[in-house]
Amino acid sequence: MPNRLTISELTAKLGQREVSAREAMESCLRRIHRTDRTIKAFLSIDENDSVAQADAADEALRHGANHQEQPLLGVPVAVKDVIAVRNQPLNCGSKVLGHFRSPYDATVIEKLRTAGAIVFGRLNMDEFAMGSSTENSAFQVTQNPWDPSRIPGGSSGGSAAAVVADDCLAAFGSDTGGSIRQPAALCGCVGLKPTYGRVSRYGLVAYASSLDQIGPLAKTVRDAALLLRVIGGHDRRDSTSIPEPVPDYTARLDGQIKGLKLGLPKEYMVGGLDPGVSQAVRAAVEQLQKLGAEVVEISLPHTDYAIAAYYIIATAEASANLARFDGIRYGLRVDANDPIELYCRTRGAGFGTEVKRRIILGTYVLSSGYYDAYYLRAQKVRTLIRQDFLNAFEKVDAIVTPTSPTAAFKIGEKSDDPLQMYLMDIFTISANLAGICGLSLPCGFTKNPKLPIGLQLLGKPLGEETILRIAHAYEQSTSWHKEKPGL
Amino acid sequence: MDFETVIGLETHVQLKTKSKMWCGCANEFGAPPNTHVCPVCLGLPGVLPVANEEALRLTALTGLLLNGTISPQAKFDRKNYFYPDMPKNYQITQYDRPSSVGGYVDFEFAGGITRVRLTRSHLEEDVGKNFHFERHSGVDFNRAGVPLLEIVSEPDLKSADMAYEYLNALKEILIHGGISDCDMEKGMVRCDVNVSVRPKGVQELGAKIEIKNMNSFSGVRRALEYEIPRQIEVLRNGGKLTQETRRWDDAASVTESMRTKEMAHDYRYFPEPDLMPFVPSKDWLEEVRRRVVELPLARKQRFMHDYQLPASDAETFKNEIRLGDYFEATAKQAKHPKAVANWIINNLRAKMGETLTSLDELKFNPASILELVELVESGKISTKIAQDVFGEMFASGERPGAMVDRKGLAQVSDTSAIEKFCDEAIAGNPKVADDYRAGKAAALNFLKGQVMKLSKGKANPSLVGEILERKLGRNSSNGKSVHR
Repeated sequence: MPNRLTISELTAKLGQREVSAREAMESCLRRIHRTDRTIKAFLSIDENDSVAQADAADEALRHGANHQEQPLLGVPVAVKDVIAVRNQPLNCGSKVLGHFRSPYDATVIEKLRTAGAIVFGRLNMDEFAMGSSTENSAFQVTQNPWDPSRIPGGSSGGSAAAVVADDCLAAFGSDTGGSIRQPAALCGCVGLKPTYGRVSRYGLVAYASSLDQIGPLAKTVRDAALLLRVIGGHDRRDSTSIPEPVPDYTARLDGQIKGLKLGLPKEYMVGGLDPGVSQAVRAAVEQLQKLGAEVVEISLPHTDYAIAAYYIIATAEASANLARFDGIRYGLRVDANDPIELYCRTRGAGFGTEVKRRIILGTYVLSSGYYDAYYLRAQKVRTLIRQDFLNAFEKVDAIVTPTSPTAAFKIGEKSDDPLQMYLMDIFTISANLAGICGLSLPCGFTKNPKLPIGLQLLGKPLGEETILRIAHAYEQSTSWHKEKPGL
Repeated sequence: MDFETVIGLETHVQLKTKSKMWCGCANEFGAPPNTHVCPVCLGLPGVLPVANEEALRLTALTGLLLNGTISPQAKFDRKNYFYPDMPKNYQITQYDRPSSVGGYVDFEFAGGITRVRLTRSHLEEDVGKNFHFERHSGVDFNRAGVPLLEIVSEPDLKSADMAYEYLNALKEILIHGGISDCDMEKGMVRCDVNVSVRPKGVQELGAKIEIKNMNSFSGVRRALEYEIPRQIEVLRNGGKLTQETRRWDDAASVTESMRTKEMAHDYRYFPEPDLMPFVPSKDWLEEVRRRVVELPLARKQRFMHDYQLPASDAETFKNEIRLGDYFEATAKQAKHPKAVANWIINNLRAKMGETLTSLDELKFNPASILELVELVESGKISTKIAQDVFGEMFASGERPGAMVDRKGLAQVSDTSAIEKFCDEAIAGNPKVADDYRAGKAAALNFLKGQVMKLSKGKANPSLVGEILERKLGRNSSNGKSVHR
């Protein structure tokens, strides 16, 4: 079945005419019909449009188009419900957007289309990307493909579940504090959060503008590298995108990591870490050493302050970013006699509990008299955290950590305790604060039940090439990525 | 007890750019509602702002024109508040690092030059416009995202009239500098007022009252003319004023309370994370510096000084920039610039108005005006003939000197020829000549007219007068001379 292939495998077959884009797309749709009734990764799929895109790709292939020029020609990829796709619903997992459809394509979507990809489906997520389990979706709870009673992680839980369930060849998510890497770890796929500014945010509905990045969730490191090459680069519509050329991330995936220096932060291998996770990560580190990497202990002294700083900065930005959902111009409107009442009713009905909690928190930390104590101080802490990483990268080429302190937990297990939920991002959040790149890849399973464990590699600003190279070498020397859930 | 008034003004000016502040939509007034809009200026989910560089240039240029200090970087902040005309429910503005700090405006007031200091000028975005109908309301977002400059004055203003003159002077500078068209009717300039009163001699400022909703400079003046006595009255009656925002009701000509200090917004400013601070390069600043123009007041003073023009002429050339430039180009080589100014203001300007001709369309070149002035000043043609010559020169472009020669319009200044005409006139009108001799001074004018007629208008009028007087036995020094 083409839907079970990696991108590299599928494009080879498409090129050889062994399989058509139409067949690839239809195999994905069949798979979704069969498994997504229970997994619930997709919020909606425009099947006619998907098939039409596939037919257009086949037509192009017949007219001599090739994968050198269009590396994703005929490859079905699915998209988190927070990225704007022209004429498709854009709900961000929230009721507040009502029947809104985006009138424009995000820059990454434009790039994917140029590269020939079939862009389809709206993937479930925590409302406005606020959450670590996808339980905060206003529409449905996505299940972990490895265990239907467990969460897929979040907020890009739909994206990770869809990739692991072979509903698509790859998917796109957004990562503000770990929202790509953590679900990738919990579902067992590769998830890459690029350096802040590497990928345009134009068309990504903002949660926390200074932390958000779009990135791929893929079946292999090579696929993730290819996808980043397609979506990366400067965009004049995003002033925060970095005007640096995009390297061919796939070119140096040669398995050679001899001589590379890896840092193991002592602050990360501490209490709260599940023994199974700890064991798998230690084994992975040993494997990396066997491959020729040198591993040294490093220190990231301000790690303890990351979660606090994150929940001040992210919520402050969110309180402004989400102000536009007011019922005046688009989306849900609950009518009233005056604007204030209309705002209150619309937002009261449209936003879920976690979103309201973060808006209120963000409004509070920016309030007159509190700004200096909270927002300003958090920004200073953020600078220290970034400095921690820059200091560490003076000594090492990449940092190795667990992605998440535990494997996937049960649906509903942490719903009543937001702080416990926030701690799920303890290892991923710092990378967003520091603006550096990071990825998660499978490094084993817990024993009973069998649940995926993720290894996180953190790299320097614009150091994606290095972490992809290390991740690829590790992946090729293990077989974790080949294991599939029994769906 | 005498009171004094302290006024500060916050003036909002729409910048003259082709496109809006964060997107490519046209910055144009008067289009049908919601036709100059896109995902960015409508604040749709997922969009990002990109700063309009011309707006940044105009902001820096304003700072230079207003003698301010240009900030080494343009940094933006979000100002949070909910209002239906605001697409994002936050306004992108500059909070703690305005593009220009300090500066001043000098202007003519009460017979002298007054200086009002400025606090800051910063760049922000305009909002949409609400319309209220019988059963519903609508918002037009064409204006949303238009670049808007806010110029904040120090509380240096002391009266309604002074505020009015300051605003006019500021407007003149911004129009001259190409910053804004400042068309009040199109809402390109809006102004909020902060006003307080205090007993004379008291150092501490009175309660600051902000007035909003004036839609013209005269509205600002009238609002202050209402508000200042109101405040004084309250204090005189032993009342107390508290900080508040009041709304000017233009139709009723009163201010009314909008909100008190307790109801004041907390705007929760924080740095705009979607925009990197813009750091202008040396070349960029140099390019802006090259766009600095002479300020209107300086221009007026220079015209008065360099060309010895009266204030009224200098005022004309200050206001009508191109006409002034034309004058200057012409007057540089003139012996008597005032005469050139007269020709340009009284004749050329009028003629251009009548015929709807612009300076670019003139058929003659500035040297022709100089030539005409020279012809009059040397006595070669009379002022009256000169008017005709100008008319023809305006129509055909022919050089005045050539025209005078071709048509034989030169004044006759040859005494023997004039004497002949005078003898003829006296001989033909013996009674009039006798009247004059008998002391009837006005009789000379008749004889002069006869001489002019005989000479076909070309006799030099002052010579005619002299010769007639001599022949009739009187001379010009007797104090009863009629010649001008």
